[in-house]
Amino acid sequence: MRLRGLIFIVSAVSSFIALDSCQNQDQLSYVRYYTNGKMLYDQHCQNCHNANGNGLGKLIPPLTDSLFLRKNKALLACIIKHGLNDSITINNTIYHEQMPGNSQLTDIDIAQIITYITNSFGNKQGFYDVSNAGNDLKNCRD
Amino acid sequence: MQENKFVISSAFLVKGQLNKYLCKSHSNTSLMRNSFLIIPFVVLLSACQSGSDNKLPILGNREAVEKTVDGKTVVDTVYQTIPHFSFLNQDSVALTDKDFDGKIYVADFFFTSCPSICPVMHRNMLKVFEEFKGNEEVGLLSHTIDYKYDTPSKLKAYAQKLGVYGKQWQFAWGERDVVYPLAEKNYLVAVNQDKDAPGGYVHQGWFILVDKEKRLRGAYDGTKPDQVEQMIRDMNTLLKEYK
Repeated sequence: MRLRGLIFIVSAVSSFIALDSCQNQDQLSYVRYYTNGKMLYDQHCQNCHNANGNGLGKLIPPLTDSLFLRKNKALLACIIKHGLNDSITINNTIYHEQMPGNSQLTDIDIAQIITYITNSFGNKQGFYDVSNAGNDLKNCRD
Repeated sequence: MQENKFVISSAFLVKGQLNKYLCKSHSNTSLMRNSFLIIPFVVLLSACQSGSDNKLPILGNREAVEKTVDGKTVVDTVYQTIPHFSFLNQDSVALTDKDFDGKIYVADFFFTSCPSICPVMHRNMLKVFEEFKGNEEVGLLSHTIDYKYDTPSKLKAYAQKLGVYGKQWQFAWGERDVVYPLAEKNYLVAVNQDKDAPGGYVHQGWFILVDKEKRLRGAYDGTKPDQVEQMIRDMNTLLKEYK
């Protein structure tokens, strides 16, 4: 009887630990993506979109429109890689300027940048994996 | 002359301090000793103060010229100045050096489709614009180096989208053969076409501070917020020269 109780306790504790380490694994990947994403953002995006994601006047859109980012999440990878020629409506303002592409960025670079952007500047949309980026990039309109 | 006044006033200050301490120290010799320690500090402090009142240096090439004044030959220094220019501004109106008479101004070189340093430069220049908004003695002048694409109407659209209205911040269009040599020889800013560069042009991000005599008084990296802060302080220092 006592043994059964002990086994129960041990299995309960170990399953907690297992669950916790799983979370930690995801958490770790997220933190790694986010940190690298910030570094890449500073290198490739910050000049135009500003360190705080606020853009510049009506020339360069801010990255603070959570609704836009959520609705168009599958397009973000394409925009970063291939740029933008169409006008775009962000926070009810229309932006017409061209955005240059960043064709040199790899899938993982782009996934890290998207993880950073969609979890900064007031956005909280969680982890965006390299496989997400791979899939989204296959569907780009060139 | 101004510095002389400072020396005199600080001498008075020292004397005043000394008297004060001497009065108090009739019965206290240690305080008297202390007062002698304080004096150099006061002198040092006032020296620092007069340092921050210093004039900005005059930059660029200079040459010594002999002149005859009242029958005597004297040597005078002639500094590099911005020559006469005439461009079209964002309203398609001629913009010349005369428009900056009686003003200190900041010049820079950019192009509207620039994907690299220009957004940072003009984000920083906006701070300068806000700081001196409505000040008749201060002008801003941005030259485009993309003479093909950045027509005055493009410049107008750019200015409006940036949130810039009025005449204080001018955006100037000119032919390549006029703008590029002006940048390199007169403002000492390197600009060029480069088909391999992002956007097709390369240029340096300097903000050049020009005084009312059209002399170069400062050069600041327009991409660095701290240097732009320094420029704002220096502009105030420069304005004081004309008070």
